[in-house]
Amino acid sequence: MMQRQARHGINLHTRDLACGRGETVLVRDLSLSVPPGGALLLRGANGVGKSTLLLTLAGLLRPMAGTCAFGGADPDGGPFRHYCGHKNAVRSRLSVLETLRFWVAINGSGGLTPEAALERTGLGRATGLDAGYLSAGQQRRLVLARLLVSPRAVWLLDEPSAALDADGQALLTELLAEHLDTGGLAIIATHDEITLPRSATLELGTRP
Amino acid sequence: MSGFLGVIRRELRLALSGGGEVLTLVLFFIIVGAIVPFAVGPDRDLLARIAPGIIWIAAFLAMLLGLDRLFRPDRDDGTLALYRLADMSMVSVVAAKVIAHWLTAALPLILASPFLAMILAMDGPSFWRTLVSLLLGTPALAAFGGFGAAVTVAIRRGGLLAPILIAPLCVPVLIFGVGAISPLGGPDQASSAMLFLAALSLMALALTPFAAALAIDWGEE
Repeated sequence: MMQRQARHGINLHTRDLACGRGETVLVRDLSLSVPPGGALLLRGANGVGKSTLLLTLAGLLRPMAGTCAFGGADPDGGPFRHYCGHKNAVRSRLSVLETLRFWVAINGSGGLTPEAALERTGLGRATGLDAGYLSAGQQRRLVLARLLVSPRAVWLLDEPSAALDADGQALLTELLAEHLDTGGLAIIATHDEITLPRSATLELGTRP
Repeated sequence: MSGFLGVIRRELRLALSGGGEVLTLVLFFIIVGAIVPFAVGPDRDLLARIAPGIIWIAAFLAMLLGLDRLFRPDRDDGTLALYRLADMSMVSVVAAKVIAHWLTAALPLILASPFLAMILAMDGPSFWRTLVSLLLGTPALAAFGGFGAAVTVAIRRGGLLAPILIAPLCVPVLIFGVGAISPLGGPDQASSAMLFLAALSLMALALTPFAAALAIDWGEE
């Protein structure tokens, strides 16, 4: 159904990974591995370091110690990670479709067309709308559309279900399941229940 | 390449659709230029003599005004993180942004400069030289501005810091820019000042994207 050319077989291994912000170490001695097609749910109290860990895995923060390696990534294949943080990167004065087209331009195409992705995420009727007018939940749906237009093997999602309605949560689960089925990998920080095949849960420790 | 054009297209859309940011810059440019005659007195000869300098100072200040919208909004809304994981290098993102900055913050000023030249009682030949020197020199100002904005993007109140940082870098541009218009030592020097100005612009455009990309990558960590 989708002409997705997901690069199969990327796995994640971390060894004694420590990460934090500034001088503060939030996560330490983390050794984990996620196989291709697997999902990892990060759980834990607020401020325990879920977002920091995701930023580190995304390569946006440098690990404070240890290593984190994605095995099986094609070195010439361009970036293979999608990172969706708290900020939606949605700007007013650009329409929904323009925003998505811009993301295709910088991230590369190869997935759904922007129109089809918006249809899929339930924004089909909002394409011409100024993206600044979208509700918080609709903005999250737009971010999900970003994952669909540029296929990448690794999805790093920071509370993707926040602000989504019941429909949106179901959509998220569906998209994640499809992504995992094509051999993709997903790491999700969340407080909600997300039921996925082949998923593991990592409970990040409480702060001292 | 599509990413490069995509960034330029987005910047132009954001700057031109509503908000009137470009118009504000142009008005600022004209007002700075128009206010000088009040300060130096109604001496036509003096005004005509210092007019090139006034136009260059006005353009410089107006371009500084637009610096803060170069990277900061993108950092605040998360687009900068997206750029860092994008299928294009940060260098080309910065280069595209510098080009868009020139198109939205320098080109409108150049188009408005005849109006300012009229206010300042410039004669025809020196007006044309002003136009050419602005065309040749403003790319360097845009490139240095992009570098300053990139260095200060991670600093919370860095918006005012960027102009202070890049002002020394822009001094040669101002010297050669004005030198190309009002030659003190004859027409030969004017054309060599023009060449220096062009060289400055080319060098700044070629080198600052790399420095700015490095600054962004380091600042974000």
